[in-house]
Amino acid sequence: MKIHLDTEKCQGHGRCYSLAPDLFDCDDLGTAVVVVTGELNDEQLAKAKLAEGNCPEFAIVIGD
Amino acid sequence: MIKPPVTDFATDFDHTDEAWVADPYPIMEDLRERCPVAHSDRYGGLWAPMTYEAVAAIANDTEHFTSRTVVINNGRPGDDALPAPIGVAPPISSDPPFHEIARRLLLPAFAPRPIAALEPFTRELCARLLDEMADAEFVDASVQYAEHIPVGLIAKLCGLPQEDGEQFREFVRIVLEGVDLPAEERIEAFKPVEDYISAAVYERRENPDDGLISYLLDAEIMGSKLSDEHVFGSIILLIVAGIDTTWSAIGSSIWHLANNPEDLARLIAHPELLPSAVEEFLRAYAPVSMARLVKDDFEFQGCPMKKDDWIFLSFPAANRDPNAFDNADEVLIDREINRHSAFGLGIHRCLGSNLARMEMTVALEEWLKRYTKFELNTSEPTTFSQGQVRGPRRLPLRILERR
Repeated sequence: MKIHLDTEKCQGHGRCYSLAPDLFDCDDLGTAVVVVTGELNDEQLAKAKLAEGNCPEFAIVIGD
Repeated sequence: MIKPPVTDFATDFDHTDEAWVADPYPIMEDLRERCPVAHSDRYGGLWAPMTYEAVAAIANDTEHFTSRTVVINNGRPGDDALPAPIGVAPPISSDPPFHEIARRLLLPAFAPRPIAALEPFTRELCARLLDEMADAEFVDASVQYAEHIPVGLIAKLCGLPQEDGEQFREFVRIVLEGVDLPAEERIEAFKPVEDYISAAVYERRENPDDGLISYLLDAEIMGSKLSDEHVFGSIILLIVAGIDTTWSAIGSSIWHLANNPEDLARLIAHPELLPSAVEEFLRAYAPVSMARLVKDDFEFQGCPMKKDDWIFLSFPAANRDPNAFDNADEVLIDREINRHSAFGLGIHRCLGSNLARMEMTVALEEWLKRYTKFELNTSEPTTFSQGQVRGPRRLPLRILERR
């Protein structure tokens, strides 16, 4: 499983990098940036799902 | 001006009606089942969608809906009345493509890192307010606490004297609560706000500092300095948008804890729940409803919308929609999945959301460090604001236990 972030949809609510700072960061405008590459381990997957479920813009999808 | 009370919100919706001000949530629920887009002839024509899906659709549709005016009032701006697409208070009143340019100017100042740097200042401010309340058994969490926190932060951000902060609340009242005045009186009432900002801009042109007014005066769009209207409008936005909103969010959170001792006890025992509690308070008591104007005649979900009809864009209603949230009417301070829209959706996401969250978190942390048990003081009235920003304005409490 991987993180798919749609930067067009991201409006910088900042939920992902608050909840999962090991997986997400932000740029100077507050837009989310993914900081891990490749397949997620179990611990990362749980955090990634939390970020996905708290994104108001549905900009994060965890999938293949 | 005295308006007739609303008898049926489905056909005569008015967000300033006493019943809505007192408790909008049952009305939202009723409308969601019956309409779900309420209508009114008030304010020259208004639609009020009550579902998450409709609110999200409108928030994301800048083709059919304009943000030119976001405070519902009796005036109807003509096409020439405002410098479209900038609007009176950019970027909140701007549409694409100008919106993004104006927003990008301000976003870096409100990004997480610069906001985190304001945390110590916020904590000191909260601690000082709590010190002033000292050992009083009866306190007002709105008048003595919540209302002072955002004005202190906004004054600090703008580089304005802390003692001016008290005036800002009056400006907010003028801008947001004078909505029933005739247009000329509204313009007249606005004069003190204009005078204050003109003086502040003059002062900063003479003596630049590192605050946001100086930043705006120095900023450029494609090699040109911002127009005076743009600078002026953005300052109004900063002063107005960041005050009663956060004041309301802090007040509603404390109101909830006063009414729900089991949640209060749980937060005291488990302070690690505070981040999810803050998000849940934002969802359940979202303070802000925005507005849009319909650009041209347009049918939306079967509603025949006319050009210049208002949209009452209720993020609070979206946040209580059972189709979007499990147990939508229950406040669950450990809610894990929470895609709430308290800060709006789409390109106008609240510019100050990082600031608001930081203020709420610090204000609640400091409050709970002192007060471990409190309840509403029912011998005095608790009152809520009227208009598009909802929160307690008087919140009398009885302190039962402190530490």
